[in-house]
Amino acid sequence: MSGILVIAEHEGGVFKKTAAELIGKAAALAGSLGVEVSAAVLGDAPAAELGAFGATKVYQVAGDFSSYDTGMVVSGLDAALKASGASTVLAAASFLGKDAVPRLVARTNGGQASECTDLVATDGSVVGHRPQYAGKVMAEVAISRSPAFFTVRPNSFGQPAATGGTAEVVAVNAELSPSGLTLVERKTPETEAVDLTEAERIVSGGRSLKSQENFDSVIRPLAEAFGATAGASRAAVDAGYAPHGDQVGQTGKTVNPQLYVAMGISGAIQHLAGMRTSKVIVAVNTDADAPIFEHATYGLVADLFEVAPKLQAAIESLD
Amino acid sequence: MKIGVCVKVVPDTDTRIKIGGDGASIEENGIKWIVSPYDAFAVEEGVQTKEAQSGEVVLFSVGPKAWQTQLRAGGLAVGADKAVIVDDPAMGGADGLGVAKALSAAAKAEGVEVLFAGKQAIDDDNVQVPAMIAELLNWPLVSFVSDLNIDGQSFTATRNVGGGTQEVVTGSLPAVFTADRGLNSPRYAKLPAIMKAKKKPVDVKALADIGLSDADVAAAVQVKSLSLPVERAAGRMLEGDVDAMVNELARLLREEAKVI
Ligand SMILES: Cc1cc2nc3c(=O)[nH]c(=O)nc-3n(C[C@H](O)[C@H](O)[C@H](O)COP(=O)(O)OP(=O)(O)OC[C@H]3O[C@@H](n4cnc5c(N)ncnc54)[C@H](O)[C@@H]3O)c2cc1C
Ligand SMILES: Nc1ncnc2c1ncn2[C@@H]1O[C@H](COP(=O)(O)O)[C@@H](O)[C@H]1O
Repeated sequence: MSGILVIAEHEGGVFKKTAAELIGKAAALAGSLGVEVSAAVLGDAPAAELGAFGATKVYQVAGDFSSYDTGMVVSGLDAALKASGASTVLAAASFLGKDAVPRLVARTNGGQASECTDLVATDGSVVGHRPQYAGKVMAEVAISRSPAFFTVRPNSFGQPAATGGTAEVVAVNAELSPSGLTLVERKTPETEAVDLTEAERIVSGGRSLKSQENFDSVIRPLAEAFGATAGASRAAVDAGYAPHGDQVGQTGKTVNPQLYVAMGISGAIQHLAGMRTSKVIVAVNTDADAPIFEHATYGLVADLFEVAPKLQAAIESLD
Repeated sequence: MKIGVCVKVVPDTDTRIKIGGDGASIEENGIKWIVSPYDAFAVEEGVQTKEAQSGEVVLFSVGPKAWQTQLRAGGLAVGADKAVIVDDPAMGGADGLGVAKALSAAAKAEGVEVLFAGKQAIDDDNVQVPAMIAELLNWPLVSFVSDLNIDGQSFTATRNVGGGTQEVVTGSLPAVFTADRGLNSPRYAKLPAIMKAKKKPVDVKALADIGLSDADVAAAVQVKSLSLPVERAAGRMLEGDVDAMVNELARLLREEAKVI
């Protein structure tokens, strides 16, 4: 097996947390496989810095990538991959990882294991562990043809310590072929909160909130106290208490936080599908038999309207 | 206009999944099969496009011909005109790229001008097949679409690009669109339509019929084993009145779980 290439995403020159996370993991895998780790960067960003997490070389593709275009991203990454000669590619299961990476897999006639939650070096190559059937089973997936692509759920490995030096930056000039789509408008949400799929802490509310006003006055401030992003069950979304984008579950977002607080959520299988890999789950529910308690690390049989303000005060008073 | 829709048939979301004897696939007996929920949005969008533009909606599946039951109920009975099922022993262990090759060849053979798919099949949760099809056809891809307006050959689409951010993009057909929640509300089949759907054509094709060989679809990806997820250790139910529980929770989150 030749090297591992990490697709290091950045926004306006600031690397996303997944860049360090994946390079750190790649470095650990590469150590046991005896190969090198490189990174691919599209456009302007402080590429040499990625050496701190274990990338020896960074293939930096020149061009204007300030607005996302599938065609340009795929051709840029293709050129970086060819320049690196890597046989294994790691990327985050981000929009780019879902929109551009499979196209690149088809272009290079490779193979892809998506949304892995763990990567293991086995018999000289990387094997991905990934949930299927909405997390009801875990699959161990090997890729026998190169290039082998693994996309990884954010927060699967945590942030590595910056220990290495600087990476050698190799400039890549690629012919970038645009997709033919024209961006006419970009609508960003008003909140400053971290995206649910990348959040380390999430506080979610369910049907039991009974109104949007309650959701906004109970769940959102509690989330803020935790430094968390607010989420919702489908029942809460369907009832209009929270927008679609907040839905966690099989037909909503798949999240992977350190802490997931479920306030008045029953724990239906379709909701669990989106959050069962959370490290710590707190459930607050008046019904001691609610299925969510079977999955909770800490359970409170209590009225959420009583718990929320007290919990918020308790968290705010921590130093 | 020839409108294509990719439809996968998957276990119902409530199904309890059991692992089969080989340890690498699921036990299929006793499963209730449905059209994958995001594909239902894709079918509805295909039918609405036909209603607005006139044309024909063709469903494409790579799977056993027995899927025609679900394709009729969840596709032909809600306005699609015909289905093509690629059923070939060589597709047995196929990976996402193999499936994409078969679907793109079948769509090309039918002369499809626009293709809809679900954003993700809820069995393998791969999120890869439609983007691969777009690449193989060399068409633009618009992923995770929550609003779409097709006017002649031009379209305006809203896509969900993550972080709650949406982008409005314009382009022209042909293109591949993947359906996200919110795109539309799939209609229910009415009884006369269900009866009529029984007579609509379902073409079953082998790989050779669409110009592919077994080698073309050889899988790069192998599922080595399946296992049930490690159930977390039984959680701790906190006791006492609300104040006691809340204080204990804050302490545990900080000192034991170390997450705040
Ligand atoms: C195809 C399909 C896809 C789906 N996708 C999703 C998905 O992506 N995400 C999702 O969440 N669901 C999804 N669902 C729906 C899912 O099956 C459940 O209906 C939904 O998750 C229930 O939401 P809930 O827990 O808020 O509501 P309920 O199930 O109604 O639960 C409310 C809970 O609140 C408790 N409660 C009531 N009052 C209080 C109080 N004052 N204090 C504390 N607790 C209280 C109750 O005891 C109860 O347990 C899907 C369903 C299908 C069929
Ligand atoms: N075997 C298949 N037959 C028909 N369509 C499929 C098949 N596999 C995937 N698709 C389509 O591609 C979408 C995404 O699937 P996946 O990439 O497997 O998550 C699905 O929602 C379908 O629209």
